Amino acid sequence: MIDRRIFLKNGGMALVSLGFAPTFLARTAWAADRQKVLIALFQRGAVDGLNMVVPYGDAGYYAARPSIAIARPGRPESAIDLDGFFGLHPRMAALKPFWDRGDLAIVHATGSHDITRSHFDAQDYMESGTPGVKSTSDGWLNRYLHAKEHQKATPFRAVALAPQLPRTLQGDAPALAIARLDQFGIRAGEATENVQASFEAEYAAAADKVLNRTSKDAFDAVRALKNVDPRRYTPANGAEYPRSPYGESLRQIAQLIKANVGLEIAFAESGNWDHHANEGAATGLIANRLDDFARGLAALATDLGEAMRDVVILTMSEFGRTVAENGNRGTDHGHGNAMIALGAGVKGRKVYGKWPGLAVEQRWHGRDLAITTDFRDVFAEVVMRHLELRDASQVFPGYTIDPRRFAGFMS
Amino acid sequence: MKVFKAITFCAVLAAGTASLTAGQDDEAILHVLGRIGFGARPGDVDRVRAMGLEKYIASQLSPSSIPDEAVEQKLSAFQTLDLSSSEIASRFYTPPQQRNAQQARQPNRAQGAPQMAPPPTEPGQMPAPAPAEMRQRQQANLPLIELSQQKLLRAVYSERQLEEVLVDFWFNHFNVFAGKGQFARFYLTEYEREAIRPHVLGNFREMLGATAESPAMLWYLDNWMSAAPEMNPVDYSRFRPGARRRTGNNQPGSMQQPARPARGLNENYGRELLELHTLGVDGGYTQKDVIEVARAFTGWTIEAPRRGGGDFTFNDRIHDKGEKIVLGHRIPANGGRRDGELVLDIVARHPSTAKHIARKLVTRFVCDTPPPALVDRVAKVFLDSDGDLKKVTRAIVTSPEFMSAEARRAKVKTPFEFVVSAMRATGADVRNAAPLVQQLRTLGMPLYGAQPPTGYSDRAVTWVNSGALINRMNFAVALVANRLPGTRVAPATVDPDTVVSQDTLSPGTRATVAKATDKPKQLVLLLGSPEFQKR
Repeated sequence: MIDRRIFLKNGGMALVSLGFAPTFLARTAWAADRQKVLIALFQRGAVDGLNMVVPYGDAGYYAARPSIAIARPGRPESAIDLDGFFGLHPRMAALKPFWDRGDLAIVHATGSHDITRSHFDAQDYMESGTPGVKSTSDGWLNRYLHAKEHQKATPFRAVALAPQLPRTLQGDAPALAIARLDQFGIRAGEATENVQASFEAEYAAAADKVLNRTSKDAFDAVRALKNVDPRRYTPANGAEYPRSPYGESLRQIAQLIKANVGLEIAFAESGNWDHHANEGAATGLIANRLDDFARGLAALATDLGEAMRDVVILTMSEFGRTVAENGNRGTDHGHGNAMIALGAGVKGRKVYGKWPGLAVEQRWHGRDLAITTDFRDVFAEVVMRHLELRDASQVFPGYTIDPRRFAGFMS
Repeated sequence: MKVFKAITFCAVLAAGTASLTAGQDDEAILHVLGRIGFGARPGDVDRVRAMGLEKYIASQLSPSSIPDEAVEQKLSAFQTLDLSSSEIASRFYTPPQQRNAQQARQPNRAQGAPQMAPPPTEPGQMPAPAPAEMRQRQQANLPLIELSQQKLLRAVYSERQLEEVLVDFWFNHFNVFAGKGQFARFYLTEYEREAIRPHVLGNFREMLGATAESPAMLWYLDNWMSAAPEMNPVDYSRFRPGARRRTGNNQPGSMQQPARPARGLNENYGRELLELHTLGVDGGYTQKDVIEVARAFTGWTIEAPRRGGGDFTFNDRIHDKGEKIVLGHRIPANGGRRDGELVLDIVARHPSTAKHIARKLVTRFVCDTPPPALVDRVAKVFLDSDGDLKKVTRAIVTSPEFMSAEARRAKVKTPFEFVVSAMRATGADVRNAAPLVQQLRTLGMPLYGAQPPTGYSDRAVTWVNSGALINRMNFAVALVANRLPGTRVAPATVDPDTVVSQDTLSPGTRATVAKATDKPKQLVLLLGSPEFQKR
């Protein structure tokens, strides 16, 4: 087995990352050190899951949404049929081929049993993995890093492609936040090395432990990144990322995975889902956002190509929205929502989770989609079956992980 | 789950073991300048020492008594800062029918923060005319570009430093995102100037009222279109037919037509009023309260939302006339506009609000883990004074906790505080603040660009991460090398003690800086140092 660091030192990585590597070299790199990867995508602002994964077979859906419902399949601008009951929003057509190939599954009516309808609290709970407990200082993805010691962890083991480190990656285990790979490094012309060394010395001696550690992680990563040239990246297989900050984040995740720098957990986010007014249906606000969201997902999976056999992409959002549209053709804060899983080991072509129904008496508090799968069971299923952590109890303290409650979307 | 060590740091204060020596030494002066202001400029420490620290704090609490011509001079060239929202909309908003057709299809326009157009160039060096769309976009962004530059210039140059800190704090508390729809950016100038700034040392209830009826907030949190629920016995004859007609067409909810008659309740403002503006998320309200509050505010709307302008107006026709029960208080039927005012009275004087506001202010001024005893005292001042924010602010900045050794350099600067304090410490000459506005985007804190109603976080954990640190170091490099257009620094003349005092430097930083061969590099290493990231 080739040690990754030796391989890095020998400069092999530079060849691989630029796409110049002879096939055998690339194969060696993958075979020698295959790395399972989880890409977590957060839809901040609470996406309307009922217009994303449309329960067109439920009459309650149309009764509650006179102006913003997505039409049943078969009409123009209608839901893309998945299984005779659920359909994808028409602007998510880019994902249909992955569904057809059996690579994409959906877990519906999932979320947190906590009653909060605050974005802030609900995001906090989804990221800490401890609904109802605000004092948890670290995020569940960080606790995963902790729970599964990695023999050859690189500085790039956990990366958020974001201007801030998300709550879910905060904690004791090192994790990077990088908004743009091509700006990640000291830029001082000829003096760069000298300035960088001086900053490193300052921070190495800093009394503030957080600044001290963050700087060490940052400069370790800057060195590891030297062999990757973000400006020269061309997506493979004709993948086209949407031109949005979210699309840009996904492109960089693909680049890091292909550069084989040891990425295991990646995080990116997509914002602006809080559609209280004029949400739209097949066109309009949510349609444009879902278009960006789905095209990004599809581009990432397409670009990764063969590498997807080690990758699971999982989407999440803090809560769902009201079943009924409000007075402004929008939706207010609700409860249950849908998550999408795409990638290796996903038992696709299926919408998982028990469907609670949308009739008023079936709703949670008479207004929202009820929850039949705790989001921690979705996360735990990925952590155990994809990332192969045997015991996820450390990752979700205060919650008894029972695989019998898993939705069953991972093989 | 480990508990961060930082949590015990400022919590020590609560145990009463803190040293409470509020010495008049230079360290204390630097501390105050970095907390009730954006950091020391060259000469500031001497000036405050001569004046006396207590007197300085007292004067900052009465900003109107402090002459501030220099900053007014800096702002005099801007065109839009004194305009009303209506004037701004009429000058800078191009209605869709006047835009050229190609530009209409822009699906992703509404997302994310508004794009900052490049700063206007000197007339002499105008490039070839940009395409019509570029001009329109630039035009539409001018008010926001000027407003952003104004914020930066005031923070750097105003003598009324505490007022600027408080405007930053309270705007963030009552956050409105410039990118909400196409109109928020036109409302913000008046919003900050009229609803926030005059009240930061005034009365909380008045500021709350000003934000509640500001077109900016009504637009941002959708209340302008919230109307009585349909099941309510209200005369809808004027609204229903139109609503039905639209329901029948094939393009429901299309954003191409911005405004439609409201026809039902929207909870957005009601919820954030309770969760963020007043009681706090644990302040003891229920979903029922959220709905009752939303009902009370139906009819609080904007005169001419379709034209991006107009003032507040109360529309009785869409107001829910029924009785409401808010937090146990009965609001009788047929109260009209008064319903909303009564709700504001109830929540402004609620003990949870006092606690929530006290905790947030103490977090800003003292440390990320606010000492409970201080929070309690400040909350009491809030209640006893009926929300007198001057008394509340004074209670914090004159408290032993605020002056204690434990509170010093306990706060990590936000990117805004970092950039402004760097300008001040180096005595930078800012001729054009637009490139600095752009830098704040890179540093992860676009001005007026916080999308969620929570605003920006005030806690270290948000701002300390690998990418952010590298960006700050690069900012220091670019600033000292005079690579930021419109800003000039003379490294040779900068006093290192103003940047970070020698006593504060760790031995490591001191040794590293000492090794630097020239003054510019020393300055880079000071501005990028761990010590300068804190205040």
